[in-house]
Amino acid sequence: MAEVLLKVDNLKKYFPLTGGIFGKKIGDVKAVDDVSFYVNKGETLGLVGESGCGKSTTGRVLMRLLEPTAGTVEFDGKDLTKLKAEEMRQMRKEIQMVFQDPFASLNPRHTVEKILEEPLIVHGIKDKDERKRRVKEMLEVVGLNSYHAKRYPHQFSGGQRQRIGIARALMTKPKLIIADEPVSALDVSIQSQVLNLLEDLQKEFQLTYIFIAHDLGVVKHISDRVGVMYLGRLVEITESEKLYEKPLHPYTKALLASIPIPDPDLKQERELLKGDLPSPSDPPQGCAFHTRCGDCMEICKVTRPELVEVEPGHYAACHLYNK
Amino acid sequence: MTQAPVLDVKELRTSFISSDGEIPAVDNISFAVNKGEILGIVGESGCGKSVTSLSIMKLIPQPPGKIVGGEILLNGEDLVPATEKRMRQIRGNDIAMIFQEPMTSLNPLFTIGNQLVEGIILHKKVSKKAAVKIGVEMLKLVGLPRAEQIMKEFPHQLSGGMRQRVMIAMALSCDPKLLIADEPTTALDVTIQAQILSLMKDLNKKLDTAIIMITHDLGVVAEVCQRVLVMYAGKVVEEASVSEIFKNPKHPYTIGLLQSVPDVREKKERLYSIPGNVPRPGTITTGCRFAARCDKVQERCLTEDPELYKQGDGHYVRCFLHASGGEI
Repeated sequence: MAEVLLKVDNLKKYFPLTGGIFGKKIGDVKAVDDVSFYVNKGETLGLVGESGCGKSTTGRVLMRLLEPTAGTVEFDGKDLTKLKAEEMRQMRKEIQMVFQDPFASLNPRHTVEKILEEPLIVHGIKDKDERKRRVKEMLEVVGLNSYHAKRYPHQFSGGQRQRIGIARALMTKPKLIIADEPVSALDVSIQSQVLNLLEDLQKEFQLTYIFIAHDLGVVKHISDRVGVMYLGRLVEITESEKLYEKPLHPYTKALLASIPIPDPDLKQERELLKGDLPSPSDPPQGCAFHTRCGDCMEICKVTRPELVEVEPGHYAACHLYNK
Repeated sequence: MTQAPVLDVKELRTSFISSDGEIPAVDNISFAVNKGEILGIVGESGCGKSVTSLSIMKLIPQPPGKIVGGEILLNGEDLVPATEKRMRQIRGNDIAMIFQEPMTSLNPLFTIGNQLVEGIILHKKVSKKAAVKIGVEMLKLVGLPRAEQIMKEFPHQLSGGMRQRVMIAMALSCDPKLLIADEPTTALDVTIQAQILSLMKDLNKKLDTAIIMITHDLGVVAEVCQRVLVMYAGKVVEEASVSEIFKNPKHPYTIGLLQSVPDVREKKERLYSIPGNVPRPGTITTGCRFAARCDKVQERCLTEDPELYKQGDGHYVRCFLHASGGEI
């Protein structure tokens, strides 16, 4: 049995909605609503979903860049949600993040060396030569050259900048990397380079990834297990092969059917999802997906389905499987 | 092809003048769009696909941009020398365009009805009442529920998918012969993208409007297009029917592009990746634009410019590897 590195239980993140002239609280946007999952050491967990489903918020809450409303996040035996600010800061040495936009996430006024050195300074490596050496090493590891160290971010292309973002995350030798849409801003030919790099690094440093993306093809390629989110809830989670071959939840099925397949002979007539994503500030009662679901039953409109283990290792939150 | 094409672009060249000199963004491209056809233009950022579409509409900001040469024949009329007055008649009436970002292309201060009717009155010379009626019909045509109310609503009250439907209704309201769609589904979620693509296919059949679909997503191309142009660094590197491009790609760039897309149907152990970066426009001036990243590069590729070589019915490739097929 694989070792669990991160265990998330009943995680919630509500953003208050205020209204009126006194800014009174009138409700909540339930960005992440009762999400539980675990990540094994050395594996890649993909999180997919459409915009507003809470996948990025989940990533940020895990890092405590946003404070969770409720729930626990157990990392290496410690509950991250209970840590004090300083302890959490120390802990971020072990958990690092790679962001979507390689243009906005690097300080344009700092050289690459300074950008990469900063995590080392923050985490107390005082020897200057040691820091410089590690920066140069890391640049080589991510496929750049050590002479790039003196350059500024604007001198790099999008793909190279994303490599710098990855290098920065690796500087403190973390165990877990949360990658939030790391390739969605890149061109297809560059995207595959970065995906390959991420896979190589995982092997080399025994990294664990949480890979957040909306592109189902990319997620399938890189993930061992995949979780599908819809309106703040995890609706299905299982091994990547299983999810794509035999999806259980109607939303997952619809999502997979919507992907344009790069093969003109496969113009299958498929069922399209009707309607738009409901607003997360006012999600439907019962199952959040019932307004767009083809298999909607009476119970779906009233009771919210729990995530249950339908087959070994295959969890889905749908009344169809709640026997 | 016996049918006369709706749009015939011949040797179009569009450049931008900067302090570094003239930078050719679109370098000598030719293609035709037939009546009722959906033509896809694919390529990565900076390959000139958007500049091509803006050139056809003559919406290139001038200066710094300029159409340096070539012809853009719309039903036989050359648009390159056309006056701004003439272009205003053509835009919307004969060629319409929809853009990537449906939020920024609608004015947030006016109602949907207001914006939709404006074009109809201008181009169709009808009364406001008649225009409103056409507007409501168009909204129904693109599958929007409660069309009458939506006419009175503002863009922020609609979702991204609905806004894109409004844009399509607006573009088609004057029965254009050609619709240029510049990444129409890139900003949308997959389930909404599937809806919009199927709508565009339906409308293409129903109204017989030719569509130029500009996209970077090969899946979208396979889904809707009949013929494809693959662009790289301002040049067309391959042109073929959709099934040819996917079954029998010839240009090393097209092959690389197809292989680097992760596929949901099968898991590849490792993705193929084209080495290097997309060149900045204007940095390569001699030889094949793709030579620096190509794994089949020959000496000739660095010094000579390859032509588009014919490879069979309607299949053209700009690569010396296929030069024996005969030039066009």
